[in-house]
This record gives sequence, structure tokens and C-alpha cells, in this order.
Amino acid sequence: MNWQHKDLCALADHTAQELMTILDTATAFKGVGERNLKKVPALRGKTLVNFFIEPSTRTRISFELAAMRLSADVVNISASASSLEKGETLLDTARNLEALRADLIVIRHKSAGSARFLADRLNASVINAGDGAHEHPTQGLLDAFTIREKLGHIEGVRVAIVGDILFSRVARSNIQLLTKLGAKVTLVGPPTLVPASFSPLGVEIAHSIDEVLEESDVINLLRIQHERQRKEYFPGVGEYSARFGLTKKRARRLKENCLIMHPGPMNRGVEIDSAVADGKGSVILDQVTNGLAVRVAVLYLCSGGAPMASSATDQ
Amino acid sequence: MNHSLHITGGRVIDPANGIDEIRDINVRDGILVHEKSPHAEVIDATGKVVSPGLIDIHVHFREPGQSHKETIATGARCAAFGGFTTVVCMPNTSPVADSPSTIAWIQERAATTACVNVFCTGAITRGLAGEEMSPIGALAQAGVVALTDDGRCIQNHGVMRRAVEYARQFGLPVMDHCQEATLSADGVMNEGEWSTRLGLPGWPGLAEDLIVARNILLAEETGHPIHCQHISSARSVRLLREARLRGVPITAEACPHHISLTDERLKTFDTNFKVNPPLRTPADIDAIIAGIADGTISILASDHAPHATYEKEVEFDQAPFGMLGLETELAVFLEILLHQRKALTLPQIITLLTVNPAKLLRLDRGTLSVGAPADITILDPDHSWTYDRNDSPSLSRNTPFHEFALRGRALTTIVGGKVVWDLESGFRS
Repeated sequence: MNWQHKDLCALADHTAQELMTILDTATAFKGVGERNLKKVPALRGKTLVNFFIEPSTRTRISFELAAMRLSADVVNISASASSLEKGETLLDTARNLEALRADLIVIRHKSAGSARFLADRLNASVINAGDGAHEHPTQGLLDAFTIREKLGHIEGVRVAIVGDILFSRVARSNIQLLTKLGAKVTLVGPPTLVPASFSPLGVEIAHSIDEVLEESDVINLLRIQHERQRKEYFPGVGEYSARFGLTKKRARRLKENCLIMHPGPMNRGVEIDSAVADGKGSVILDQVTNGLAVRVAVLYLCSGGAPMASSATDQ
Repeated sequence: MNHSLHITGGRVIDPANGIDEIRDINVRDGILVHEKSPHAEVIDATGKVVSPGLIDIHVHFREPGQSHKETIATGARCAAFGGFTTVVCMPNTSPVADSPSTIAWIQERAATTACVNVFCTGAITRGLAGEEMSPIGALAQAGVVALTDDGRCIQNHGVMRRAVEYARQFGLPVMDHCQEATLSADGVMNEGEWSTRLGLPGWPGLAEDLIVARNILLAEETGHPIHCQHISSARSVRLLREARLRGVPITAEACPHHISLTDERLKTFDTNFKVNPPLRTPADIDAIIAGIADGTISILASDHAPHATYEKEVEFDQAPFGMLGLETELAVFLEILLHQRKALTLPQIITLLTVNPAKLLRLDRGTLSVGAPADITILDPDHSWTYDRNDSPSLSRNTPFHEFALRGRALTTIVGGKVVWDLESGFRS
């Protein structure tokens, strides 16, 4: 049990033991979240700034609720409300937040490395809520948390991550965490979105979803991102859906207890059939609930809170 | 100028004349001469190497227009600090060096402020836009030593072909920054394992290779020399080797960072390692060093590219490409090529920093022949030191080599018979 860091920028930066510390602490906090009185005073008097320079609803609200659970004060800033639009640099904006005595800065930004960039230069804790295609550490943690909660362990679990892997920070955080904790990860998608350069990360690569249906314990479906102009990477949503969508027919070939995950927001009928998203095995809403517990744990640990033991650990 | 030097006891390495022996060198009135003058200042070079003044054909001195990054004066001081007596400036200034008036301005500025020899290149196309030819004849008359759109690469092959054909009548070599823009797209680092890990857009070696191949074909077709700048990819080296064996008039240069640093350095998102073309893999480094050793790459250069700290202190993908180089160039080449890899001898390395660049651009430099301008570098190839970026004369600090332990260093830099810098006493003016 240990956590000695003020920041969480990338799961790649941390050991398996440190990451287990977060998961265990999150398990303890999840218990708190089930009580009637959901608040603890751990961060009373601290100020958290949600600094979201890229649009997000779910992650921002999750961090906001997490901070409230810990009794912190919360300020939300979006790109349009900041001086970035007036030409101020990211560093200057962040220094201003620090000058206003922000203790924690949760940042989402389109540039890979932006959380690390601030963490290296500020005394405040910096929590990465998604930096370009690099990492989304709390999403990786909540996915692993959900797997452990539902299946009892992570080591040896076969996880297929399907979709736009190349541009996905969710995929990168999942790969880092799951491989460190001993899961067997297979990336699934067309070669343009799952290039061979992922192999050195300790994963298998498959270019057909049909190859992984029977063997997987977890299928994690990623959103196909229309808004980012992927026309050079695959012919269209129809062909993608036909080759990689988790249809009802394909879902019947899954293992009895296979978990179906999605980081949201979903495109029903594209990467996942509507009935499958709402059906047996889907833990998509559990992920959202667990995200809150994980974010509470991350804010608490990065503020210097003592790690908590949990009874649900498997290793 | 009535000043004489007598440099005694040094190992004189003068590849242009096939000399490598202990001998004395004499200078009078800025010219290399046979005999010692009676009242010559004596420089004891015992145990040191005396080389023709080093030449770097690829620097960015940012004047006119971006003098907060570097000026011709401060850039020249970086050169002298690094042992370079002659540099060739790239035309991506503001305004772009695509007219005789801008060239004249730079030449005037160099003549009045620079402590080393500064030569100019002119842009191939107006505004580096890759569309219309610059007034190449007028640029030639103004004294540019080569044409290049460095920083950009002409994507339209028809435009490039006509420019090379047109340049031929003036004997002006064409130098090219090889980057196919649809393949490099919005890439900010080498495409490979590390861009995959870091989630940064990749700029594949393939984008360089394709333009190197284009340039080989155009050089072959036109019979006019094309020089490929800052080669970074293993496959480009292979293409160049094959072409040079066939006698195609194509040359290439390599930079210190492309033989010493890999893309793994970007794992901390430090923008001082962001450069174009990007740092690549250990296999690319091996291929470039092999290419230098076998003569495929015949010129060494820095691509000295200063940027202000506030410009580099931004999100990785927003930061400008480029790194400082002149101050550490000789040391990194000696550390890697001579000491670590033992890929070349010291005379071979000096050849790539003197005779070869002088020959490509037809400069009357790079030699210790009697009658030549007295540009001389005294160096110690074994001098151990640790580079501190705060010692740099540059206006910028964007070096990737801060606190690197290096072997080899210039001790004294002599331009036109005058000592402009030496390690003990620093700059003379």
C-alpha cells in the first residue's frame, strides 16, 4: 500500500502496486458512496478546479461529485470561459489558477502530454482527465475496478478492446493498467486503427472481432469518433459496424459471464447493438458508478490521504 | 589588418591537401602564408589538433524578423564557440530571403555584426510557398551559395523539377528539406512505438524517403546537384547509397541529434527534443552512422534552430520544431562517431566538416592551403566536458544536450587570421 505522488498524469508512470493502491482505496470509498450520508471531510477547505479545455460532461461531473464527496470546493472552467481564447498560454492560465490557491487541477486538453506539462511546473496536484490520444487514467482505473469487482480478479482475464485504438486515450490507459496487472489484452480493429506499433506494448492484435468473441472475458467497445474525421482510416460507419460492431448475433457467441463495457458516449447501432448495450453482461452503467469511487480515491491520494485497505483485493 | 600568427607544435589535419602531421601554421594579414612573420603572436598548439575552420551549411540565425530567438551576431558567436568559422544561413526568415534586397540586408548585417563568415541561401520559391519560382538569377547575382525552401518542402514535383532545371544555368546547388506533407500530416514525432505509447501524431520516415527518392530521380533527370538536408531515416540512407553508386549528383547531410538521440527521449514530453525531421529509432541511428562511414552522407551540419523559451514552454503539439546545435555540434560528432562508435577517424570527420561542404557550395574555405583565408580551428578531440546551456552565446536555450558529458571540443576559433574565441579567455570582442 503506497502512493507518494501529487499528480496522476499517466498510468504508464506508475507501478502495479501503486495502481492497486488506488483500486483498493476506491473500493473503500465505494462503500461510503452507498451510505445515506455520502460525504467525508477529507478535503474540507481545499479547492479543486475542473479545467476542461475539451468538451466533456460525464467525466467533469464525475470529478465534480467526487470532489464534493470529499468536501472540497469546486470551480469549473471551460475553454470558452478561460483566457486561452484571448491568447493566454496554458501555463499562464494554470499559474493564475494556482495563484488563486487551487489545490487540485483536473485537466482535460486536446494535446497529449498537457497534464504532465502542468504537473512538472505547478505545486498544485494535477489530475489528467484526458490528454489528446495519450491517456485517460481514471477511465483506465474505473474499467479495471469494474472488472475486478465483477470477476473477482484481473490477472489472467482476457480483455478485448475494440475500435478506434490509434486515437484512443481510453485504450492506452487500459493497456497500461491491465497489462501491468496481468490481464491478457487483445486490440481489435482495422489495421489503420490498430497498427502493428502497438505490439511492443505487450498486447495481441486482431483485425476481426469474430476471432475474439469466444475467448474473451471482457469486451470493451470504444466509440468510433466521427467528429475527428476518420475518413482516411476506414470507409465508413456501415462497413465498420459490419466488421466490428457487437451485434446481437455476435453477442450470442460470447462466454456466459463475459462483461460488456463501453466508456461512453455510445453510438447505438454502430459499435454496439442497442439490445446488447442494455442486455445481460452489460456493465456500462456500473462503470459510471465506479468512476465516481475511483475519482474520489485519486483526489484523496493525490492530496496526501493515507491509502485504505479493502477486503475485495485479490492480490 | 596587420597581424600575424604562428601556430606551433600542433597536429595539422588538412584533408584538402592530404596533410596529417605535426607542423607549424603561419598567418599574415588574414591569409595563410609559408613563413613566420617576425612579430607574430605565437599560439602553442602542442598536443592539440589544428584544422581548417569548420563549416556548417545549415543554420537558422533568425534575422531579419525573429531577433528575439537569435541574431546574426549571437548566432555567429554560437558558431565561434563551437569551432565553426563559416556558416550558411537558411532563408526562412521574416521576410523570407527570396529577394536580392533581403540577401543584401543579411550580408550587410553579417559584415557588420558577425564574428564568423556568414553565407546566404535563397528561397527556391517566393515566400517558401512552393508555387512560384523566386528570382533565382537575381539571387545568384546577389551572392547566394545555394537555393532551398528549408523548413518547407516543395510538394509539387513539377515546380521542383523546373526550379532545379532553372538553377542549373547559375550553377546553384538545390538543397531540400525532404518531407512529403500528406504522409507527415500533423505529425510531431517519429511514427513508431513511442508515438503509439505517447498518443502523439506520427511523422513517418516514409515521408522523408519518398522525397529523397523524388530528388534522386530529379537529380538524375536534370544532371544538376540536389542536396538532401538533415537525413533522419534508414531507408533514405539506402536510397542515397544506391543512387550515389550509380553516379547520380545527389548529396546528403546528417545532424548531431539524428545520430545521438532517439524518439524515446520524448517520453517526458520535453519540447527541447521536438525537431523536424524528428528523432527516430536506434536502427535509424545505426543506418545514418553507417552512411556517414561509407560516404553516402558526406556532410555534417547542425540545423541550429533557436526558439525562445516561452515559445517552447507550451503543449507539445503546439511547440515549434527545432533545437540549438552549433555549440555542441563538434563535440557530439566526436563523441558518437570517433569515441563511441569508432566509425570514422578524426581526419575523416574533419573532411565532412570542411572540404566536403566547401566543395558542394564552392566556397573558398575548408583548407589550410597557402593563400587561402586564414580560418582555423584548434581543437582537442579528447577534451572531456559537460555542456551547460547557460554557457551558450545564443539568445535561446532550446538544446537537447544540456548537462551531457561529451568528449571533444574546439579550443580556439580563428577567422580571417584573428582569434575570435578561445576556451580560456572567451570572446575577443
